[in-house]
Amino acid sequence: MLNIHRDICGYCGACVSVCPEGALELIDAYLTVSSLCMNCGLCAQVCPLGALEVTDEE
Amino acid sequence: MKSEYDLLVIGGGPGGAIAARTAAEAGLSVCLVEKRPAIGAPVRCAEGIGKKLLHEFIEPDERWIASDIRRARIIAPDGTAVSLEESMAGSEVGYVIERKIFDRELVWNAAEAGSDVFVKTRASAPIMEGGTITGAIIESCGETRRVHADVTIAADGVESKFARWCGINTTVPLREMMTCAQYLLTNIDIDQTCTDFYLGNYVAPEGYLWIFPKGRRSANVGIGISGRKSTEGNRAKDRLDRFVKERFPEGKIIEYIIGGDPVCEPLDCTVADGLMIIGDAARVVDPLTGGGIYNSMFTGRLAAGVAAKCISGGLCSRERLMEYDETWRRSEMGRVLERNYRIKEFFITLSDHHMNTLAKSLASITLSDFSVKTLVKELTKRNPALLMKLNELKTTLN
Repeated sequence: MLNIHRDICGYCGACVSVCPEGALELIDAYLTVSSLCMNCGLCAQVCPLGALEVTDEE
Repeated sequence: MKSEYDLLVIGGGPGGAIAARTAAEAGLSVCLVEKRPAIGAPVRCAEGIGKKLLHEFIEPDERWIASDIRRARIIAPDGTAVSLEESMAGSEVGYVIERKIFDRELVWNAAEAGSDVFVKTRASAPIMEGGTITGAIIESCGETRRVHADVTIAADGVESKFARWCGINTTVPLREMMTCAQYLLTNIDIDQTCTDFYLGNYVAPEGYLWIFPKGRRSANVGIGISGRKSTEGNRAKDRLDRFVKERFPEGKIIEYIIGGDPVCEPLDCTVADGLMIIGDAARVVDPLTGGGIYNSMFTGRLAAGVAAKCISGGLCSRERLMEYDETWRRSEMGRVLERNYRIKEFFITLSDHHMNTLAKSLASITLSDFSVKTLVKELTKRNPALLMKLNELKTTLN
């Protein structure tokens, strides 16, 4: 699953538009991830801060 | 908030604000919504804009001009600096502005022209009727409303969702999403009238690092790199931290700015039945510089003008709204986008060695006309070793 480290996230939205599934949304200062997420990790790579992490957890 | 408007604008950045103002001045009833609680904040921008371009929309005002730039320097990986004076760099040199104040001014102008404005208010879904977008579900401070409009303008920026919800593919390829970090640094020694651009695969792979002065002893110091070059320990922020530590150890960070900048090609089509897409949401960012303020305002004004015409004609189909798409593609802005995309695609293939050689040749040329075409011509003439590489570019420019 996709883990959002909220203490690192700068709610900039760089991740939102690289998501091929459209699973991410930035609502004001809060990043949301929907069930459409396929754990591809593109968002984790593009994040300027390293706030996103794909983990093995279900 | 009314339940019906002629025009609904989603996003209160420069593009949305100019669209709302233009439409309100044309006599339309307009609603502008901004999801954030404040216009202009948080900043997601290096805040540079060309002088001539800015003048097309608004008279410069000392309240939001932070620095008046006289020259730009491009610094190659080996430190060779190419200086572009204002007289020859034209629109590449300009102002560094205060987006917080600038954006607020533009929205104020829209409001003054008669547009309704709502902050901390967002669109959560389009309203679709038989394939036509007829407005949006609007969430405002805990209340949900259906707002109908003849035309909806998606001005929701790099993290745009609205067009996607309408079925348009807006995904930015990873390699073309520039991942950026920037500090507003104070207590630093800089030339207040000069912007610096550092190039190189070590400093900023497939992007650049910038120093944009913001008044006395302060500057936006930032970096953008390709998403595909962003790896653990070498993300935008890691690279920026290393540069700042070395170059400005005395600097104090008073603002921490991050963001993404799409340097891909524009969307294949920027209209649908009842919908127009502008600015960063339409991916009309200059792929070479990453600049998007002017292009957002340009497409915002154009979209609102076409919307006003179609609304008064009683038909806002994709076919009618296409006038907007066709006009911006044919415009100077559209042509520059196309050209600069090809130049960007060429530049990212250059090794540091190539960049150093290019910079050395450039540093020795005095050009009265610093256009891209003259530049390439001069370089090919003077540098046979680079001929092959440059010929690739020359072909794309013809």
